[in-house]
This record gives sequence, C-alpha cells and structure tokens, in this order.
Amino acid sequence: MANIASKQVLTVLGKQGILIAFVLFMVIFSLANSNFLSLDNLQSVIRSSAILGVMALGVTFVVISGNLDLSVGSMMSFSTIVVLDLHDKLGPNLAIPTMYLMTLGLGGFIGYLVGYLRLNSLIVTLGMLSAIHGLTLTYSGGQNMDIADKSNTWFGFFGRGEIFGLPVPIILFILLAAFLGVLLAKTPFGRKVYAVGGNPTAAAFSGIPRARTVFTCYLISAFCVATAGLIQASRSMGSQNTVGQGLELEVLAAVILGGASLLGGSGTIFKTVIGILILGFIQNGLLLMGWPFYVQFVITWIIIILAVWLDISVKRGKLWVSN
Amino acid sequence: MTQQSPALRLEGIVKTFPGVRALDNVSLDVLPGEVHALMGENGAGKSTLMKVLGGIYQPDEGLIYVGDTPVVMSNPLDSKAKGIVFIHQELSLAEELSVAENVYLGELPTLSFGRVDWKTLYEKTDAILSKLKVGFNARTLVGDLSIANQQMVEIARALTVDAKAVIFDEPTASLTDAEKLVLFEVIADLKSQGVGIVYISHRMEEIFKMTDRVSVLRDGQYQGSLLTADTNEEQITQMMIGRKLDLSRAPITHELGDIALEVRNLSCGSSYQNINFQVRSGEVLGFYGLVGAGRTEIAETLFGLRQPSAGTILLDGEQMHINSPSAAIKAGISLVPEDRKTQGLVLGMNCRDNMTLPQVDDMSAGPFVSDGAEVAVFDLYRDRLDIRTPGWRQTVGNLSGGNQQKIVIGKWLSMHPKVLIVDEPTRGIDVGSKSAIHKLIRELAASGYAVIVISSEMPEVLHVSDRIVAMFSGEIIRTFTSEDVTEDNLIQAISGITPK
Repeated sequence: MANIASKQVLTVLGKQGILIAFVLFMVIFSLANSNFLSLDNLQSVIRSSAILGVMALGVTFVVISGNLDLSVGSMMSFSTIVVLDLHDKLGPNLAIPTMYLMTLGLGGFIGYLVGYLRLNSLIVTLGMLSAIHGLTLTYSGGQNMDIADKSNTWFGFFGRGEIFGLPVPIILFILLAAFLGVLLAKTPFGRKVYAVGGNPTAAAFSGIPRARTVFTCYLISAFCVATAGLIQASRSMGSQNTVGQGLELEVLAAVILGGASLLGGSGTIFKTVIGILILGFIQNGLLLMGWPFYVQFVITWIIIILAVWLDISVKRGKLWVSN
Repeated sequence: MTQQSPALRLEGIVKTFPGVRALDNVSLDVLPGEVHALMGENGAGKSTLMKVLGGIYQPDEGLIYVGDTPVVMSNPLDSKAKGIVFIHQELSLAEELSVAENVYLGELPTLSFGRVDWKTLYEKTDAILSKLKVGFNARTLVGDLSIANQQMVEIARALTVDAKAVIFDEPTASLTDAEKLVLFEVIADLKSQGVGIVYISHRMEEIFKMTDRVSVLRDGQYQGSLLTADTNEEQITQMMIGRKLDLSRAPITHELGDIALEVRNLSCGSSYQNINFQVRSGEVLGFYGLVGAGRTEIAETLFGLRQPSAGTILLDGEQMHINSPSAAIKAGISLVPEDRKTQGLVLGMNCRDNMTLPQVDDMSAGPFVSDGAEVAVFDLYRDRLDIRTPGWRQTVGNLSGGNQQKIVIGKWLSMHPKVLIVDEPTRGIDVGSKSAIHKLIRELAASGYAVIVISSEMPEVLHVSDRIVAMFSGEIIRTFTSEDVTEDNLIQAISGITPK
C-alpha cells in the first residue's frame, strides 16, 4: 500500500513538480538572504531573464512540434550585430524591420530544411549554430559593433526604457508570452503543433500539413530571437559578435525544466515561463549568497537532470528500475 | 492423459493491483504434448497471467509448478531457465544483428578473452533452424527477414533451452495464411516432442484448428476448461462475455443509393494494377486478401497518401485529383487507418482533441478554437458510438483498444464523409467491442454512407459486407455478391488458385 501512496506522490510531483520546486527555491533563498524577495531584486531577476525568456518562448513551439533549435544563440548574436550596424547606416526606423526580415529569413531557411525537406533538426540547427556564427563574423568583419552617437537616439527604448515604472524588456516578454501562450493553447494552429509533435503520422492521416506547421514554428522561433536581439542591442548600444553564445543550451534548459518533452507533443508557454524564472532566480540566489557565478552552470545542470529524472519516473511509475 | 503430470500447473493464483483484482484464484494445467488455448476479452487477465508466468509480476497468492516442482520466477531470464518460454506478439529482435546472434542473445558461446565462438554459434543455430525448416540461415541479418520469418527466429530462440512449456501470444496477428501454415507445423512439431503449449488468440478458427483444450478467463476469474472437440464458437464466446453473441448478418432492409465512388483502371507501381470497382451509398464493400495484396495501398491512394501511376477516381460521377489527405477530406473521403496507435491517434492528446483534429480549422470562433463546439462534437459521437471514457479530458492512450478505435471512427464520422474507408476495423479489439463495431458499420451503411471495409479476417468480411472484392498480389481476382460467396471460393480467390 506504501506503493500506492508513493505513486500518488509521484503523480502530483509530475503534474505540479515544477511549481513546487519553484516555491521551494523561493522559500530557501528568501530565508538565506533577506534581499532576495525585495521588489528591486525581483524586478532585476525578471529583467535579466527577459532576453533568455523571449527566446525560450519561440523554442517552446519548436520543441512541442518534435524538433530542436540549437541555432537560437548564434542567431541572436546575428540579430544584435545586424541591428546595431544598420542603426547607424539606415536609422532605427529602417534598421529594426530589416533586421527582423533577415532573421526571419534564417528561421525560414531552417524551417524549410526541417519541415519540407525533412532533415533532422538536431543536425540542421547544430550546423546553423556554427554557420550563422560565421555569417555574423563575415558581416561584421570580426569587429565589435557600436552605435556611434548613443545619446541622440530613441533606440535605447527597448532595452532601457520604462513604461509606468516597468522596464520595457519585461513588458515585451509579458506581451509576447501572452500572445504566444494564447496562440499555442487556443488556436487551431497551436493544436496542430501539438498533433505534429505528438504523432506526425497520425497528424498526416488527419490531413494536417506537417511541413507547414514545422516551418511556421521555426519562423516563430526566429521572430522571438530577433526580438531578443533587439532588446540586447538596445540595452547595450554595442556588442561583441559572440553575445548570444551558449544561450541555446540555457534556453533549452528552461524549456525542459518547464516540462516540455524533447520527444514533442507536450509543454506549455506558462510552464516555460516558470522554467525561465526558476533558472533566473537560481542564478540570482546563488550570486546573492556569494557564490561565484560559474557555480550556476553546474547547479543548473543538476536541476535539469533532476527535472528529467522526475519526468521519466512519473511516466514509468517508479523512481528507478532494477536491472 | 489424465495420469500424466502437467508440464505447467497454476494453482490459485491471485494478483491484485490498486483497486483491481486482476487475477482472482486462477488455476490451470497444461499437459505435455497439449495445445491449450487461453481465451478472454481484453482486460480479462490474460496478459497479467502471462506476466506472472514470465516473472515480471509476483503473484500475491498461489503456486506455479513446472513438472512436479513448485517454482518462483524472479525475472524473464529466470523463467526461461526454468523451462517456460514466450513467443511474443510484438517481436523483440535486434534487426541489425544476424539470426544466430539473436537466437543466442545474452548467451553467446565464447572462446578465451571473451571472443565470440562464431563457428559454434553458427553451427548450433543452423541445427535449430533445420528443425524449423526455414528458408534462411544463421548468418542472415534479421532486418532482412519478413515478419513471419522473424517470428521463426523467436521460436528458434525458444528452442535453445529445454522448454517444458511454450506460450504463444497472438502469434498469427501479422502473418499471411501461408505463413500461418508453417507456424502451425512448428507448433505440431513441438507438441509431438511433448512440450506443453499455451496458445493465446482471439481467432476462433485457429482455436478450433490447433488446440486440444480451451480455458477461458473473464474479469480475472477462471471460467473453466473445455475439450475443444466438445465445444463450439458460441459456447466459448458466451463464457468469455457472459452472454450470447449474434454473428449472423442482418438482412439489408434499405435501398442502395447512387454510385458514390468509382475507381477506373487504377494502378500504382508494383503495389496494385488495373483496379476497377464501384461503391454505392448505403453499401458496404469488403476488401479481402492476404497482407501485401494491395488493399491498404488502394485505401491510401484514395485518401491522398499515395499517388496513382494511372487511372481515375470518380466521386459522385466527378473526376477527382486527390493529392493529399486534406484534399481527400475536402472531397468527402475518410480513412480509418489500419493501425490506430501509430496512424489513427495522437496518444498523448485527450479524447476530444483527437476526435476534432481533422476539422480543428472549422471549429473556431474568431481566431480561437471554440471549446463549446468541440465538446458538442465529442459528446455527440461519444453517445452515438457508446465510447466509455471518464470524460473528454482523458488521455486517449489510457483507453482500451475498443474505445480508442471508436474515437478514430467518431473522428471520421464527424467529418460527414460520403465514403468511409475502414482498414482492419477490429484488429486487436475484444469480442464485445468487435460486435459493436460490426453493428455500427452496418448502421452507417443503412444511414446512407458508402463504406469500404478492408479486413484480413474472413468472418468479419462475410459478416459486414454486401459485396466482397477478393484481391491477390495487387489485382482484383473477383468481386463476390452475398449470394455467390462461400468461404471456399473466397479463400481460393485470395490465394491465387482460381482462374478468373
């Protein structure tokens, strides 16, 4: 009978585990450091998570459709460099839409390869990770990119501005999360994403266009990356070529932490947002407790392993299997 | 026979799970040289009993004897070592390895330093294969073999130990008739060597052909054993479901409508050639033939999943170009595919979302999917098809096979097609749901649908169809009407032995 109880515990953990973990972290950190729950600190965590968060929203679509996107980090560098360069050449009014179009072009290209040509998304986006990095360096000639006259432009609005006391990056993150959350949960397109990721064959047998659905997911991912690049460029007004390096794994970590299955077919925008916040608060909490920042990489990995282990345990109904 | 001690004996086996008594005091004995059928609806406890025998579950109460020795099986290998061997319905072979490596997987003969003794391995394997009279040898790659031959590899694997009892779980599910005959020979051979055989199957004709005794489980309880020679289909079915099953056909009482679908000279590469047929609305057209005769390929062409190399498809007399499933759906053709788990359903999705999937674009209020409209569709077909589920939020993967199949049927009925194609409507479904689905198919025809039923089960085709198309090797051999069809000439037609 203890068996039944432990199964029920597992089920609850599996369904609400991520929220429980979230609350647990908040409690531990706030007990350890009184500054942790201060409004200033909370806002700074969310603000610093916004760029990662915006990217994770798009990757959530790709992962639910049963694919991966490892190119978002270097694609974000690309967007940042391009928009900074064009800012001085074309002015912000033209630079921003041009950057969006170029980034969407890259996303569309990946979507074409994975969706219509049915190439493995791991290979395609791993390759694009390095190809786009090369593209960015070619574009910039290897130079850092800076806006010449930083004081005389409204371009800083997206990264530094505030509306009613709320930082614009947070507002952008919230708006995008709300829009994409509704798109995924409430529209026919969202349903198709789940179907294609859950069982591509059954989706095809139901007349659902797999290729177009996957293609659109990569476009959404690219749109999110462009937005993240815009925030990054606007906040710093200057950037290195490698600004987004390694972010693809953090983004993926947040999505998995939120409970989306890498096999596709499950996950939600809300859970990804929680995943992002957990990552952000852990990193912040460790810093507040005086730990060197690189410890966070190890801790993050441990948490992801725990999350994946819990997920698989719930599916097979026990924590470990003998033999 | 009564003096022999059984090869395998179960005494008072009880196994409970939270809320369910899956096995309730089950006793059973299998004599050496006996083929003992184990029957029961899905959920009756057959699989649980097999898992107890295989050492996957430990019984709460009761004893298992092999010969006269009481045994406790702690895992599948242990069970095999004690002489109980399983031939599973779903094959568990490593396709990239040779036959010999599969047969002795985990027990490869070795030389010094752990090197594999290939010579001995191949010799021992070939010795076993020669007993089975198969057309491949120890070095063949398993992935290159047909499903039937892969099953032979499983059987060869069973023969590496001194088996006291061999358990066949739905062994003919994916075999052609010719392949079945070979399997039956092997079983007869094992039998003559004094091995006790447990034979699990839903197919009555096999039970009567192959087995000596039949034992029936219902709701985890042992219902009794009968000598096969002394019983009949009706009696067994009654024991399985606790009531009588009507297998006779309701006479057609409705008028047939116009020709809904006509296919002219349709060909598709080597899959099928020169196919011609018509279906009227109100009619059930059965397609009968061996696996690989081209039936499923025709269905997939009509549904836009394959492109024909020649020929025309006419719907209501109008020529159609169907190049995708969505085009087929738009034209009014629906397909209930043969494998509901891989083709019919998104198992991780809930019941309602699965059912409305093909029409999710039309279910919207503004840009959003309308919850109300979807639930209305689901409720309508849940009631109409008698789908048993706690609610639409239930994940489809948790339903029984019969209810899953009804969800797929509901999904396509809700599209209001002119032509409904049902490929293997009752594969792997228990007897009760089976007859419900047969009845449903007849009702659909009566209400004006043109229905095409593809089936590998002769009783099913005979039961539901108004006319039967017999296919062999990609060609239509003959189209039977209900007046001129007999089991004999149907079998001859699909085996390719009748002149046209």
